[in-house]
Amino acid sequence: MTLSSKNPPASSALAGSAQTRRTSPFLRQVARIVDWPMAALQRLIGERRMPYVFLLPNLFFFGLFVFVPIAINFWYSVTGGPALFPSERPYVGSGQYSYLFECGSYADPSSCREDHFWRGVYNTVTFSFFQVVAMVGLSLLTAVVLNMKIKGRGFFRAVYFFPVLLSPVVVALIWKWILQRDGILNAWITAMGGDRVLFLTEPTWAMFWAIFVSVWSHMGFYTLILLAGLQAIPSDIYEAAEMDATPRWRVFWRLTLPLLWPNLVVVIVLALIRAVQTFDEVFVLTGGGPGTSTLMVVQYIYETAFSNQVQNFGLAAAASVVLGIVLFALTLAQLAYTQRKSS
Amino acid sequence: MKATRRMLLGCALVAASLGFSQAQAQTTLRMTWYSDGNEGEVMNSLLRRFEEQNKDIKVVLDQVPFKAINENLPVQLAAGQGPDLARVADLGGVARYMLDLRPHLKDPAYFEANFGPFLEWMRLPGDTSSIPGYMTQLTLTGPFVNKTLFEQANIPMPAPKATWEDWAKAAKDVAAKVQAPFPVAIDRSGHRFFSLAITQGAQVFNDKGEPAVVDDGFKKGAQLVYDWHKNGVMSKELWGSVAGTAYRGANDEFKNAQVVMYESGSWQIGQFDKTIGNAFDWVAVPTPCGPANCSGMPGGAALVGIKTTQHPKEVARLIEFLASEPVAEEFYARSLFVPGHLGLAKKGLDYKDASPQGKAALKVFSEGVSGLSPVANKLQGYVNNRVIFNAVISRLGQAIAGEATLDEAYKRITADVEQQIAERNKK
Repeated sequence: MTLSSKNPPASSALAGSAQTRRTSPFLRQVARIVDWPMAALQRLIGERRMPYVFLLPNLFFFGLFVFVPIAINFWYSVTGGPALFPSERPYVGSGQYSYLFECGSYADPSSCREDHFWRGVYNTVTFSFFQVVAMVGLSLLTAVVLNMKIKGRGFFRAVYFFPVLLSPVVVALIWKWILQRDGILNAWITAMGGDRVLFLTEPTWAMFWAIFVSVWSHMGFYTLILLAGLQAIPSDIYEAAEMDATPRWRVFWRLTLPLLWPNLVVVIVLALIRAVQTFDEVFVLTGGGPGTSTLMVVQYIYETAFSNQVQNFGLAAAASVVLGIVLFALTLAQLAYTQRKSS
Repeated sequence: MKATRRMLLGCALVAASLGFSQAQAQTTLRMTWYSDGNEGEVMNSLLRRFEEQNKDIKVVLDQVPFKAINENLPVQLAAGQGPDLARVADLGGVARYMLDLRPHLKDPAYFEANFGPFLEWMRLPGDTSSIPGYMTQLTLTGPFVNKTLFEQANIPMPAPKATWEDWAKAAKDVAAKVQAPFPVAIDRSGHRFFSLAITQGAQVFNDKGEPAVVDDGFKKGAQLVYDWHKNGVMSKELWGSVAGTAYRGANDEFKNAQVVMYESGSWQIGQFDKTIGNAFDWVAVPTPCGPANCSGMPGGAALVGIKTTQHPKEVARLIEFLASEPVAEEFYARSLFVPGHLGLAKKGLDYKDASPQGKAALKVFSEGVSGLSPVANKLQGYVNNRVIFNAVISRLGQAIAGEATLDEAYKRITADVEQQIAERNKK
């Protein structure tokens, strides 16, 4: 055995643990078998390189299914034509990107050559902003209420989490059924003496319901994160505040919120990334309409690549590279923030 | 005893090896299929009969939604991973993946004689002779009318040769009286839009045969659809409710007696006949007229062999069986389809399973075939027709939803068509 003293051999580690609990002879045998080739490998490549040996299998599959597709996607974005195989596609350089970004004014999508892409961008920004604000606000409120000692707390926690378990397509179909001309909501409105509202054919209503349904279906997940954060706050802090007769709003503002802030940041970033990627729910609920008022970037990418007779994989790939860069920036921001906090 | 056992064992081994060799020799063909009505069931029964007569071939019918035929199948075909046969509606769009069956057919002349004009829709430009398959149905666009609503409103139905405007006015009056939410519904489909635009004089192509989509006739048709959405003849729930190229039909609304007049096509007869039953009286009427003509749009679906198949001979045998006159006749009759077979169209079909309403509707559509405009036939056969159809619904939908003016939509339609055709031609 030549392993360094810092890293005791697997067999000795197992032997050590055997002092506290019994290890099966079979496992010890397996450990012995694995031990000698690992020790030999460590002698060969050195101790510092050993972690990479353990990371390599996972990295291989991660690379195969994440980095390779990203690289292929990038190649598609600099090629044109309808051919499917990369080798058959003519190189067009930055042509697809130029086409996407050719605009009279970026503030006016209709002045852009590929106006649907820009309408998708603006809709995605609007959707993400309102959805994240509503999502964080309502999740926080729900988590605070569910953290209180109320009757049926367990039941309500389950109820709020239940929509998370449903498929987004099912969620959208249920809500479509509620919101359509002869849906439950209109039946209720007309029963109350009101006029039918075509919720999904008026642009403002359609965006409102797209946001509402998205918040309804995902809120439980974020509530759970915030609830865990709330439960991790030591109760003696609240006891001290109570002894000082601090008003409840002040306790929330000065104690709860700052202590919950790391969880809130996670929730904000996760919700934002998810909002930018939104596709299935909105696609099933509104189909991107009326007009293009709820057309999101991901739907634009899907339709450009698959719905048209000429399947424009190059343009769709370029749009997805742009979307990927935005998501990468958001992830970097989250990483930077969490690293700064932890240091 | 031992001898008997040995003999039995020997027999079992021989039987097993025979069965094994038969299973080994059997060819499996995969057929991708979509259905509008009951044609999947009918095809399944015909395939079982084919298998009875051809023990060496097994056919697996993969039934998929229509959307998958238009969106997923082309990607599969481009990747060389397609089925052996497929039922397709975008004939020009997937023509480059089709198998030319001529070398394997016993009687190619039969196909030329009975499917000749439709084979042109399956051929690439410049190809005048290939035989990739046969028409499983010929379709024609046209309106279905809820006759009961007209009777309840006590308003007479417009006579044959009435104009689109006459129908729109009558339908609106009926809807107002009986509180129907959809006076007129037209499928959100470029194909259906052109059944209106061609009657208004749309020519679609210039003298060189290149697409010149936006002309005066097209604009008249677009203006009608636009105005009907503004004045309540059409509801925004179809054309104004979704983005891009998404198809929306009003067949469910028609079946629920919410639509007075529904512009769709002959493929709906089977499901209307089956599901509406005696709930109300419905009729198919000839396509309303415009200043140019009273033509609908032809269309249809073809069962074609796919180039990448490993079994072209077996594919040809299957298509020969299905396209043969008695089998095709049974298929069209049981599915309530307008025949895509010239001989049968001439002879006439006996739709035994159809109700009197269904039979009457089939007669109206069959008679409409003779009145088709050459422009309609040319557009249906144009290899990039879906590029035009998609651009129209996407941009006209934006105008109807209030995102763009009609003039802006026209410019965008022209630009979209040019851009997509240029992209297709990139080599």
